[in-house]
Amino acid sequence: MTQTSLKKQARSGPMADKVFGFFAKLSAVITLSLLAAILTSLVISAWPAISKYGFSFLTSTVWDPVQEDFGGLVMIYGTIATSLIALIIAVPVSFGIALFLTELSPSWLKRPLGTAIELLAAVPSIVYGMWGLLVFGPVLAEYVQMPLQAAFAGVPFLGAFVSGPPVGIGILSAGIILAIMIIPFISAVMRDVFEVTPPLLKESAYGLGATTWEVVSTVVLPYTKAGVIGGIMLGLGRAIGETMAVTFVIGNFNQLDSLSLFQAANSITSALANEFAEAGEGLHQAALMYLGLVLFFITFVILSLSKLLLSQLRKGEGAKT
Amino acid sequence: MITEQQRLVRVQKFATRKRVNIIATTLALMAMLFGLFWLFWILIETVRLGIDGLTIATLTQMTPPPNEEGGLANAIYGSFLMVVLATCVGTPIGIMAGIYLAEFDTKSWFASTTRFVNDILLSAPSIVIGLFVYAVVVSRFKSFSGYAGIMALSLIVIPVVIRTTENMLQLVPAGLREAAYALGAPKWKVVLSITLTAARAGVITGVLLAVARIAGETAPLLFTALSNQFWTSSLGEPMASLPVTIFKFAMSPYENWQKLAWAGVFLITAAVLALNILARILTRHKS
Repeated sequence: MTQTSLKKQARSGPMADKVFGFFAKLSAVITLSLLAAILTSLVISAWPAISKYGFSFLTSTVWDPVQEDFGGLVMIYGTIATSLIALIIAVPVSFGIALFLTELSPSWLKRPLGTAIELLAAVPSIVYGMWGLLVFGPVLAEYVQMPLQAAFAGVPFLGAFVSGPPVGIGILSAGIILAIMIIPFISAVMRDVFEVTPPLLKESAYGLGATTWEVVSTVVLPYTKAGVIGGIMLGLGRAIGETMAVTFVIGNFNQLDSLSLFQAANSITSALANEFAEAGEGLHQAALMYLGLVLFFITFVILSLSKLLLSQLRKGEGAKT
Repeated sequence: MITEQQRLVRVQKFATRKRVNIIATTLALMAMLFGLFWLFWILIETVRLGIDGLTIATLTQMTPPPNEEGGLANAIYGSFLMVVLATCVGTPIGIMAGIYLAEFDTKSWFASTTRFVNDILLSAPSIVIGLFVYAVVVSRFKSFSGYAGIMALSLIVIPVVIRTTENMLQLVPAGLREAAYALGAPKWKVVLSITLTAARAGVITGVLLAVARIAGETAPLLFTALSNQFWTSSLGEPMASLPVTIFKFAMSPYENWQKLAWAGVFLITAAVLALNILARILTRHKS
């Protein structure tokens, strides 16, 4: 080989490296700028509504596309109420599942059971929605809502929660379906963080004669506290942003006149899914964009918190979604 | 020495602790069964009601008007086309960004911010992605289109692929890289033919999971690709997709539409679960 061709070959490395490095960095920059782009475009599209209503949008319950008067409280309430119901159900169940998978299950069952729970997360949300509307809703109405109504009919405070038509559509059914959907996320995180508890700590406790429950509640749980809360936040973020399943079962009813859990309501995501494609350009669309912005902001804050809490525990660990 | 009374107290305490333990572990077992119960209920209903509506016509005919015979062919085709193209767009960007985070820049503020933002995007509501694409594409070009749908879906692919690529590349032993460098290989060659090849199964898993995720996504397509009652191969027009068609049909009062929706739900669930199980089999021996 001549001198020049050797030099050329030596140089072709760095040159190709630069091109390769450039594309790698470019892809990272694209990802990073995506978040900024989403925020900017939402703010710009929502601007007519933001400038007209300001923060009073968040406290007004009027949603009248005909008169062009908009307020987001009904949807925000629906989103929060359904997500809270979901958390109330999903957190203890997920904790139980994680406890079962890490401490109780025979090791040959761990993998298939873990996979089965993870598959719950893989089922597309539209399937949950259709199943919820056509299969689960009627069952809920007949076997849960009607008996509850009969039982609490005259009771002052509790009666208000179970009033309304027991048709299996509304805040309660949306909350239950959301719970099923976020159980796999929360339990996966809990299982993973339970597994990072140093075996030495657990074995010491077992060696002192602690029962399984005592080991989990006094050793594992305190050790993994931050991660557990992070996992719950992740589930909450998912529940708030979930669209299709909620849209099917919440009933899409823009009024806030009772505390009833059986009442049809609306959530931010289902309002967007139902109305956006039909909304005319102008204030209606801007108001929906404003709702989208609120949704994105809430999930952003919750997911950031979750991420921060989890990173305390899992430094250097291959984290799962 | 302990007195008889102390002994009795201890025995009693032990019995209580044992009882609490039994209650707690029973509840944990019940939680596990509770989780499995929903999975099986959903799957059984999906199969039972889905098989019923599934015929050859479902796969070969167009989506019908209310109360007429028809199938889901155009929706299946639209879904297929958009998912494949979105994967083709999103995967290279995701893999390159994953390579950047794992091989080029692991510690700077830029890398940690990107990683943080990526994790947010991974769990961000997909309907917001739909709003974003509507704002930058659909409202600008004044038309719903297959392109917009592809863009929305590819934005969902990217974070999934970045996350798995980065994690999988980090599992590759540093010794492999160092050996390649010592032989004089340039960085691009080390990454592409050593580390990426070593992490291939994991990266493919990530792509499969991303495909499974977007195949069932409805929300980001609602106001980007919209829907279409007819067969179209033109990406410039509104395009039907299986999830959006299911949404439209399931919410309708027409019996034939609901039946088709169940058939669609069955097809989509089967495809998504198959992809998930395949992805798991691919990485089984790794862990």
